[in-house]
Amino acid sequence: MDKGKWFILVTGLIIGAIAVVLVKLGNPPNMGFCIACFERDIAGALGLHRAGVVQYLRPEIIGIVLGTMLTSLFAGEFRSRGGSSTLVRFLLGMFMMIGALVFLGCPLRDVLRMAGGDYNAFVGLIGFIGGVGGGVWFLRRGFFLGRAEESHSKLGGFILPAIFAILLFLLLKGTVFNPDAGGPLFFSKEGPGSMAAPLLISLAAGLLVGFLAQRTRLCMSGGIRDFILMRDNHLLLGFIGIFLGALVLNIALGFFKTGFSGQPIAHSLHVWNFLGLFLVGLTATLLGGCPLRQLIMSGEGDTDAAAVVLGMIIGAAVCHNFMLAAAAAKAAAPGVAAVAGGPGIYGQIACVAGIVVTAIIGWSFREE
Amino acid sequence: MEKVDVRGMSCPLPVIKTKKIMDQGANEILVTGSTAVSLENVSRLAKTRNYNINVKKADKNDWEIELVK
Repeated sequence: MDKGKWFILVTGLIIGAIAVVLVKLGNPPNMGFCIACFERDIAGALGLHRAGVVQYLRPEIIGIVLGTMLTSLFAGEFRSRGGSSTLVRFLLGMFMMIGALVFLGCPLRDVLRMAGGDYNAFVGLIGFIGGVGGGVWFLRRGFFLGRAEESHSKLGGFILPAIFAILLFLLLKGTVFNPDAGGPLFFSKEGPGSMAAPLLISLAAGLLVGFLAQRTRLCMSGGIRDFILMRDNHLLLGFIGIFLGALVLNIALGFFKTGFSGQPIAHSLHVWNFLGLFLVGLTATLLGGCPLRQLIMSGEGDTDAAAVVLGMIIGAAVCHNFMLAAAAAKAAAPGVAAVAGGPGIYGQIACVAGIVVTAIIGWSFREE
Repeated sequence: MEKVDVRGMSCPLPVIKTKKIMDQGANEILVTGSTAVSLENVSRLAKTRNYNINVKKADKNDWEIELVK
């Protein structure tokens, strides 16, 4: 194996291990990192949705964007660019979030859930592979969103990192803008949003992951895509590394528990676990990268990727305001009935509609 | 000499466009690109397809390489 392959495998191992350590320090179970969940929590912290249990300005996301920006500036790879069907990308970002919240996690969390023994995540993986395969089908038929242009000014590329830097300032300062409403920023008092590792550790973890993912070009959908397209396992090694790193630490720390039921922040509606990540795989392949990769590219000055990130945050708000997000399954407790979980009818419709619209986009944007 | 311009293309289009020309049996391909990532990816493809890589322009944000078999 060459040096690059070792580097990405070790990077995966480190990121998997960091994720489990973050859970140990307070993050929600099997959610050391989840780009979709954390962007959804940020939407909640800003008051864009009212789901009280998922509101927190996750420092991991801020760290990833700022860590990438600093790394790419030092590496001479920061370039302000954009203009490749930006609004289409924004829309696909919204659909990517809808798919993730029907499944309850982005592809990165899918890997972490598998490493925690959650069998539902394996069902999700099959859907994800199917979605990436669908995206490759469109790519082979000439799908192309158009060339991005490098801007004559670097300023545009700094906008999204600057927004996250301002959010970090607000988080540290703790200003409550509307005391009657109790925020923004809003912070969950119970539920997953209330579970968090110490702020500075989360931020440092994000910065480190931003650095590593920028250098290795780590991408969950890219790993499967490149393997399907040309039997190239380079990016797939990162995927496998994350799984192994998290698996070993999960077992060591006693977090590993196999089964379909009783899994944290998950549901066992197989069809929707499959279709949710199918939609994520499809959109990610058409967009050139998974939710993590979109964050990395926006830190490198790619304003099209920044539009995807903003689309995901707005998509998360839509998911919770319009009741599209799946509920987590809960076992019966004294005086409380069991909850089967999964998406409601609106979420199911949105997920299927997302797949149909994304397929129409995939077909319409063929070149030649 | 076949020419492929992959400037401003997002993943994995630079590789798909180059591979298409390779599949047509081209032995000499000039590829022009504008990101470090696409340079790495196209180079990796070229190596697995046993092409030799001659770097014409080495700036990683504005590069040009010649693939020869």
